[in-house]
Amino acid sequence: MDVVPGVDPRAPLLEVTDLHVEFRTQYGVAKAVNGANFWLSPGETLAILGESGCGKSVTAQAIMGILESPPGYITKGSIMYRGVDLLGIPEEQRRKVRANRIAMIFQDALSALNPVYTVGFQLAELFRMHRGMSRAEAKRRSIELLDQVKIPGAKDRINDYPHQFSGGMRQRVMIAMALALDPEVLIADEPTTALDVTVQAQIMGLLADLQKQRNMGLILITHDMGVVADVADRISVMYAGKVVEEAPVYDIYARPAHPYTRALLESIPRLDMKGQQLNVIRGLPPALTDVPRGCAFNPRCRYAKDACRQDPAPPAYSVAPHRTARCHFFREVLGE
Amino acid sequence: MSDPNAITAVEAPSLQPAGPRGRRGKSSDKPRSLAGDAWIDLRRNKIFWVSVVLVAVILLMAAWPTLFTSADPRACTLANQHGGATGTAYFGYDFQGCDVFAKTVYGARNSIIVGIMSTLLAGVIGLFFGLAAGYFGGWVDAVLSRGVDIMLGIPFLLGAIVLSNRLVTEKSDGVLAVTLTLGLLTWTSAARVMRSAVIASKNQDYVAAGRMLGATPYRLMARHILPNSIASFIVVLTILLGTNIASEATLSFLGVGLKNDAISWGISISEASPYARVATEPLVWPSIFLAATVLAFIMLGDAIRDAFDPKLR
Amino acid sequence: MFRYIVRRLLQMVLTFFGATFVVFALTFANQDDPLQALAGERPITESQRLALTERYHLNESFLTQYWYYMKGLLTGDLGTSLTGQKISAMLANAWPVTVKLALLAIVIAATIAVTAGVYSAIKRGGLFDNVTLIATLVVLAMPIVVLAPLAQLIFGIKLGWFPPTATRDASLWDLLLPALVLGSLVIATELRVTRTSVVENLRADYVRTARAKGLTRRRVIWVHVLRNSLIPVVTLIGVDLGGLMSGAIVTEKIFNIPGVGFNIARAITTEDGPLVVGFVSVLVIIFLVVNLLVDLLYAALDPRIRYE
Ligand SMILES: Nc1ncnc2c1ncn2[C@@H]1O[C@H](COP(=O)(O)OP(=O)(O)OP(=O)(O)O)[C@@H](O)[C@H]1O
Ligand code: SF4
Ligand SMILES: [Mg+2]
Repeated sequence: MDVVPGVDPRAPLLEVTDLHVEFRTQYGVAKAVNGANFWLSPGETLAILGESGCGKSVTAQAIMGILESPPGYITKGSIMYRGVDLLGIPEEQRRKVRANRIAMIFQDALSALNPVYTVGFQLAELFRMHRGMSRAEAKRRSIELLDQVKIPGAKDRINDYPHQFSGGMRQRVMIAMALALDPEVLIADEPTTALDVTVQAQIMGLLADLQKQRNMGLILITHDMGVVADVADRISVMYAGKVVEEAPVYDIYARPAHPYTRALLESIPRLDMKGQQLNVIRGLPPALTDVPRGCAFNPRCRYAKDACRQDPAPPAYSVAPHRTARCHFFREVLGE
Repeated sequence: MSDPNAITAVEAPSLQPAGPRGRRGKSSDKPRSLAGDAWIDLRRNKIFWVSVVLVAVILLMAAWPTLFTSADPRACTLANQHGGATGTAYFGYDFQGCDVFAKTVYGARNSIIVGIMSTLLAGVIGLFFGLAAGYFGGWVDAVLSRGVDIMLGIPFLLGAIVLSNRLVTEKSDGVLAVTLTLGLLTWTSAARVMRSAVIASKNQDYVAAGRMLGATPYRLMARHILPNSIASFIVVLTILLGTNIASEATLSFLGVGLKNDAISWGISISEASPYARVATEPLVWPSIFLAATVLAFIMLGDAIRDAFDPKLR
Repeated sequence: MFRYIVRRLLQMVLTFFGATFVVFALTFANQDDPLQALAGERPITESQRLALTERYHLNESFLTQYWYYMKGLLTGDLGTSLTGQKISAMLANAWPVTVKLALLAIVIAATIAVTAGVYSAIKRGGLFDNVTLIATLVVLAMPIVVLAPLAQLIFGIKLGWFPPTATRDASLWDLLLPALVLGSLVIATELRVTRTSVVENLRADYVRTARAKGLTRRRVIWVHVLRNSLIPVVTLIGVDLGGLMSGAIVTEKIFNIPGVGFNIARAITTEDGPLVVGFVSVLVIIFLVVNLLVDLLYAALDPRIRYE
């Protein structure tokens, strides 16, 4: 079933180019995303990493087309899905892309689920609205879905309300909801941050399994580098609204090309560093209303030189095939 | 709330990082008090100024009615019954031949007296109930809350009719009775605001610290809790002042409020409405004055609240 | 749910006795001559005096009096008015038109308030929102004693669009103007609460989820947001009823509608104490019962309470 005319099945699954998003608030314009670039292929997991407030969720919302507007506006860039620019199609088609082709999981499942409807209703709604199924049919499919995400006693739990589930089970419901219409792309925005460590692992495992079964492209947003190593194929590191480094996961862990990535890696607590002081990045990320000239990272960068404090900002240098970094001195960083 | 002039140092609101996790804004080094922000907002609010002017005029009218009219509202001659406007009787004459303009101007005084006194009474009762319930919590709170429940179990006007009927004495003008009635029946909202304000500030560090250092409850309430909750308290009372003036008129209209020769917009409306077909002015003018007065106080309260709580605007 | 209901019922019993006791005590306590107080300035005959003494058990203790008063209320025996009519019969005569009026007012007010409130919230800060904000302020500040006579004067008498008075068997059309007046008492608060609540809910995470599910905007708002937003609005109905009862006294007096409010207003003028107390007591009871029902409805609407 074609929800968008012009879709070319051979074109790349998802390609975000030079995405700019800003929030126009009464206090000024906050440039939340300033040229984000990345791509995603079927079956692949791309992790988007970065400190709180660097624009990860805003990027995800822009891809989904669910930015709150006003105050949020996409001012530049393109989001190509299978050869169609999602920013250029009518809202009605855009709406059908959501859940059907690109779906999303949110961080806090308790607040992300509607408290006054049963999970059954909220699942079945997808089938009824998008597929025109009857209530009975939609209910049957919803139970199947809950089974697939391994919720015990799905048949009975379908009539429960979100607050009656445990945190982990609720996140499973969210996953079921996102997968209901067999999307090709799944965006998971910090899907496990709100959960206990043991439950986190289960949920990540479940996501990985389901992804493999369905050959979905997965964008995993997180600020936890530890989670990433196990599941991601490639990593995009964001800083102040830009992707500052993009690379296969192995390369990045072995030899980061951007000082920020490097600092992030050094801030992971490691067993062999027990007792030593943790290496946190000094300083704070810039206010988005007031990003520094040149490289946005320069006030915090230990490699910074005069060139870094001058416009233009570093472009995305090609470090290796499939590998970019926005740092004038990436060679120096790599070489160390 | 401090002296508004003391905080004009902060001019326009400076650029702030947007969003829930506002970070390093340009403004973070300048202290911006809540009252300061509120006053800046308030100064720009047209509704605020309109209501301030209205309130001022009404207070003036209540204090010195002779500034507005030299006629005696009680000098009525039946010969003038429903007569049109003449001389200074700009609004003509009513059924009994009284000067409608004079009567309307003089009506402000009782409205304001009853309104202010009953609101003060309600404020005092509400203050004590709210402070006690919020500060002591536990069974004190439980008992007081049940008391409020019972109060709220009686629709306001019905309670007021019964109570006012009971309080008013044969020959009095009913001002005291209505004041008491309104004061005794309308303190619940003030108490509720006070209670939640106390509970909110009780959990704040400085109050807890003060308590640990052995400050007495009274000192804590007077020094910390009251100043922090005074804004919402004032808002509630300002609005209550407006509604109490309306209630006075309603009770007087029904015959359980001011009586025996007292001048009240409610009585004027009640007397004029059966003759509305014949003479509209005796009905229309007191109505307009009453509505404007109530509106002025409610707008004022609304504007202050918006200034202090801009979240949802 | 069960615990919630039990708790509410217990609270209600307490409030019920408290409120009726207050009404009773206000009327009878500490009176030199309660009968004269009931009758106001009217002279009462010896036979009336006897009947009233017996009716209110005035020669017995205060609590006993209260007991008899409650018993009468609960068994539907409201006594006799000073005009010699049975109060329960007068009530039976009066309530249908009042209920009709009140229901009409509630339906009109709720429909307008919810629609305009939702629209205002969606277009927050826009022209419509600002106009409604000011309009609600004006309506909020309009005392019923101003609104009712002026509406009657303008739309009933001058323009002649509506009948300026209504009878006991009034049609819905006859009651429309008074119902609008009455509804305006509650419409402003309902609208504002709806608006605030929708604004809050529009920011909720679940709305983002609903949009991510590719639902139409209409469905997101009218199914997901509205259901959540209506919870606080529904709780208003209970409070509003008190306002409507009060408003009905003035409205029915102005529009000459021979309902419950009209009877109370007339009883006040003719200083018919037993009639006032009888009617008021019944209204207080209705108010309490409706508020209990509203609380149960609240539980039905909000599953987080239902499964407490
Ligand atoms: N609705 C909004 N209005 C104004 N500013 C917003 C809005 N939503 C996000 N922002 C701003 O955009 C910036 C990026 O926010 P975003 O939520 O994308 O961060 P994030 O990288 O997801 O952080 P976290 O890891 O904490 O989730 C933030 O500075 C935030 O203040
Ligand atoms: S460009 Fe300069 S400031 Fe920016 S990351 Fe590279 S070295 Fe640091
Ligand atoms: Mg985020």
